[in-house]
Amino acid sequence: MTFTQWFQSWGGEAFGWFLATTVLILMIALPLMLAVAMIIYADRKIWAAMALRRGPNVVGPFGLLQSFADGLKVMLQETIIPSAANRGLFLLAPIITFTVALIVWAVIPFGPGMVLADINVGLLYLLAASSLGVYGVIISGWASNSKYPFYSALRAAAQMVSYEVSIGFVLISVVLWADSFNLSTIVLAQKAHVFGFLNGFGFNPLLFPMAVVFLISALAETARAPFDLTEAESELVAGYQTEYSSMSFALFWLGEYANVILMCALNAILFWGGWLPPIDWAPLYAVPGIIWFFAKILIFFFIFSWIKATVPRFRYDQLMRLGWKIFLPLSLIWVFLVSGYLMLTRYGA
Amino acid sequence: MSAIAHFIKTFTLWEFVKAHWLTLKYFFKPKATINYPYERNPLSPRFRGEHALRRYPNGEERCIACKLCEAVCPAQAITIEAEPRDDGSRRTTRYDIDMTKCIYCGFCQEACPVDAVVEGPNFEYATETREELLYDKAKLLANGDRWERAIAANIAADAPYR
Repeated sequence: MTFTQWFQSWGGEAFGWFLATTVLILMIALPLMLAVAMIIYADRKIWAAMALRRGPNVVGPFGLLQSFADGLKVMLQETIIPSAANRGLFLLAPIITFTVALIVWAVIPFGPGMVLADINVGLLYLLAASSLGVYGVIISGWASNSKYPFYSALRAAAQMVSYEVSIGFVLISVVLWADSFNLSTIVLAQKAHVFGFLNGFGFNPLLFPMAVVFLISALAETARAPFDLTEAESELVAGYQTEYSSMSFALFWLGEYANVILMCALNAILFWGGWLPPIDWAPLYAVPGIIWFFAKILIFFFIFSWIKATVPRFRYDQLMRLGWKIFLPLSLIWVFLVSGYLMLTRYGA
Repeated sequence: MSAIAHFIKTFTLWEFVKAHWLTLKYFFKPKATINYPYERNPLSPRFRGEHALRRYPNGEERCIACKLCEAVCPAQAITIEAEPRDDGSRRTTRYDIDMTKCIYCGFCQEACPVDAVVEGPNFEYATETREELLYDKAKLLANGDRWERAIAANIAADAPYR
């Protein structure tokens, strides 16, 4: 009897399903919020360590409770709405960002069968939902009715659209190889993919460049350093968050980091075998898949923080040049290469 | 040839890999910062911190109201009023230092003929209001009483170099 069937056995067909799904959503969303809090702390610690600083170390042991202290502070603050702002949209924007950052998690497989919505076009849903996130940024920039947030919103819109193009082509090459849009199927297609024992498209020499392109595009997509031009503090104060305070500001923060974790998870799922261990060797499967998955997310998050601590911010024209003149042709060529290779080997010439 | 090398370097992100190797080495290095409220950096005996008015060991205040410090102060942070006391000695009735004006140059300390006004080793006197930084004579004398041992030790340590 599955989880949903148990609820349906006493709650009835429809109501049981509703209850079961609600519980499952909470089981994903609440740990995700906790993970975001810890990952913000980890980000600050990693960043500090690479700058030879200590980072947060006062609240709780090793400063582990820093994010919760910040959260409490933010909740006790007053929400200030600028008099020139469009009230409704101003408050709606962070809600959009936050909600969109949460709903994409519906299709992420945490382990074999551990997925809220195992839909067959999971990847398309993911692309569509994460593209909606830019609305939160644009609306906040416009509704603030202030110069810097407006510039930031324009930048964010152009940046996210640009890099979604190359991300789209990267996903196409993965989908071609896995023969499916379903994320669980994509993960399973990576089992013993290279040399018969390496799990992951990333080990494939033909797909590895795409893994790198995806990693870099993911940085741009989540507006993380070195592509954090939307909140380039030396030019735009704090970008589209400038006029925000208290919880409305915190929702942007939470949404941003939830997106970062999502991109780390996507890197793991699409190229490095998701919940599968890196090597197709029976004893490694004794470790639960979710542990492998979380370990891969954490490794990618470390890489994200590492990049943030190392690379200075790109100029805006450099960002656009990289997106349109390098990544777009490169990923387009790679779609041809991958599909050509597959036509030759899998489907016969 | 160099064009090919440049091309390979660009597409293998060689510069980025090198930079990341460097930051990874720094990641494992010991921290350069200290755990401030619990660890402190050493201070020079000449450190110019919060002001204090000192007393002689018998409890008599040192300041003789010569107003040299007031005259030398480049920020004009010091205000002194004086009149003879009942026993005929010349003493200040008012000795104010506006700590928000002070630039901590130490000229008052240099000018003082009786080592009365000094800049002690204390630098942790942040206040919640601006008014609290307008020090009067009582506050400065209290500082002197509180920091006398450290101030005396610092003056003694620095004396051979003066």
